[in-house]
Amino acid sequence: MYGKGLRSLSIATVVAVVAAFTLVFFYAPLEAEQGFLQKIFYVHVPLAIIALCGFVLGGLFAIAHLRTRDQRWDLRSYVVIHMSLIFALATLITGSIWAKGSWGHWWVWSEPTLVSFLIVFLLYATYQPLRFSIEDPERQARYASVFAITAGAFVPMNFIAVRLASQYLHPRVLGSTSNLPGPMALTFLVSLVAMALLFATLCKYELTAKSTRFKLRALRRRLAGEQAQRGARRRSAVPEPHSSPALSARVAGGGAST
Amino acid sequence: MSAPATAATLPATEEAVTVVPLRRAVGALLRKDLLVELRTLESVPGMSLFALSTFVVFHFALNRNSVEGDLATGVLWVTLLFAALLGVNRLFVADAEEGGVDGFLLAPVDRTAMLLAKELTLLCYLVVLELVAVPAFALLLSVPFAHALPDLLLVLLLADLGVAVVGTLVAALAVQTRARDLLGPLLGLPLLVPIVIGAARASSPLLVASHAGTPAARWLAMLALYDLIFGLIAYAVFDFLLED
Amino acid sequence: MSALVVAEIPALPLHTAGKYVAAAYIVVFAIVLIYVAIMAIRLSHIERDLGELLAMTEEEQPQDSSTAERESAPA
Repeated sequence: MYGKGLRSLSIATVVAVVAAFTLVFFYAPLEAEQGFLQKIFYVHVPLAIIALCGFVLGGLFAIAHLRTRDQRWDLRSYVVIHMSLIFALATLITGSIWAKGSWGHWWVWSEPTLVSFLIVFLLYATYQPLRFSIEDPERQARYASVFAITAGAFVPMNFIAVRLASQYLHPRVLGSTSNLPGPMALTFLVSLVAMALLFATLCKYELTAKSTRFKLRALRRRLAGEQAQRGARRRSAVPEPHSSPALSARVAGGGAST
Repeated sequence: MSAPATAATLPATEEAVTVVPLRRAVGALLRKDLLVELRTLESVPGMSLFALSTFVVFHFALNRNSVEGDLATGVLWVTLLFAALLGVNRLFVADAEEGGVDGFLLAPVDRTAMLLAKELTLLCYLVVLELVAVPAFALLLSVPFAHALPDLLLVLLLADLGVAVVGTLVAALAVQTRARDLLGPLLGLPLLVPIVIGAARASSPLLVASHAGTPAARWLAMLALYDLIFGLIAYAVFDFLLED
Repeated sequence: MSALVVAEIPALPLHTAGKYVAAAYIVVFAIVLIYVAIMAIRLSHIERDLGELLAMTEEEQPQDSSTAERESAPA
């Protein structure tokens, strides 16, 4: 029953997002060096953090799936990874916009976080092709979980590797989140919470929609099965095919009455 | 009122099934794979030829007779990586198509044996590949590294271990899909980026004509850490890939 | 080390910086709206499917009652 908390969650999300935007544009002070451009920080960094947590969470759900063999964990893993991929794409786009505004280039290799995100994005972009090229549903879920676990462990490893490798030719622009002055820290925190709630709401929304579609399909199968059964019973109850013209008329009429 | 059952009086059927020790199983599988490769020659010659051709292509693409430093490192590691992916694609194909995996699952053997055997097979392929490709690299592109050979061998070994672990995992994942030739490299390349980073940075000071340095310890440590972490992960998840 | 590094990049004047900030926030907004649109399409599919299933059940009702009558009549 995925839809149960959806309403309160979405209301909380609306409140948090509006609060975050208000704080960003009316409360947070203008940053001394980057000026107004720095405001992108409040949407880019939360997107990044939530996407990364989402990927790791997908790996954790996959572990639960492999241990319990409960398909619901696999569904949660799939939805969370799918949503994190979208958030990662948004991270790359907003990071690129920020880079263009700061450096004049749409892409900078010297920013290790963005580079790591590109690699992680390329990796998780193979998740859906992998899933949909395996036909057997049980095997598909199992292999997807193995991938989610491997990739989830890869994410932190990748960040360390890229951070080590990047040349600090320029100081890090899309810089650190430590030592933020008070009002900025508060704004950042609220933005982070808002992004987390948005992620949770969208995931729950997606889970509810998928669950509804599965139930519909099950209902359709059951109805079709019952129809077939009733058709067989009717035919055996009426031995002579021409004995009841009324019945055959009603069967024909019923079929056309949709 | 029967006497308590001792080992001597247990019915024969309960003692008939003994689990084959891991080392023997891995040895048997490894021997089988290497024998098959020796007889069919379908992976290693292709990988080596591909590497040689790629060096030629690089000569024309870069319009250079010799490379050194970062450029040499790039050419070498990109070539080795893509040649390795060719081998990865073929790793499980014969077993999957001809029932080798099913036969293995029936045997009283720990399933990790297949993982270890395949990793070692891939490692052997990579070593042979490098025995051909690295001298060819030195020859075709006039790369001076003879004096730095031991360091280079260490870097190659650490990188090979990582490629073997990740390559086996990716091969097992891809072999059951419809687009296995495409998905293998697609899955493998992002996962292998840290190895490329570590190996390239580590070997970059080695491929210079004069005053060759030593690989920075941090890159070797990173490669070793990566090998360890992914070795453990592969060990943990591989069983789930073999069920039918 | 100051909180947000970058000693050398001067602040962009407001009208150019504003465009970038707006673009970034618009991208996020657009992604969420695209998702809403996709969900709306799915919802209409669900509604259509449910309508079909409902019709399938109604089709059974009159025939069920007719077979019930016929089976009880010759008793």
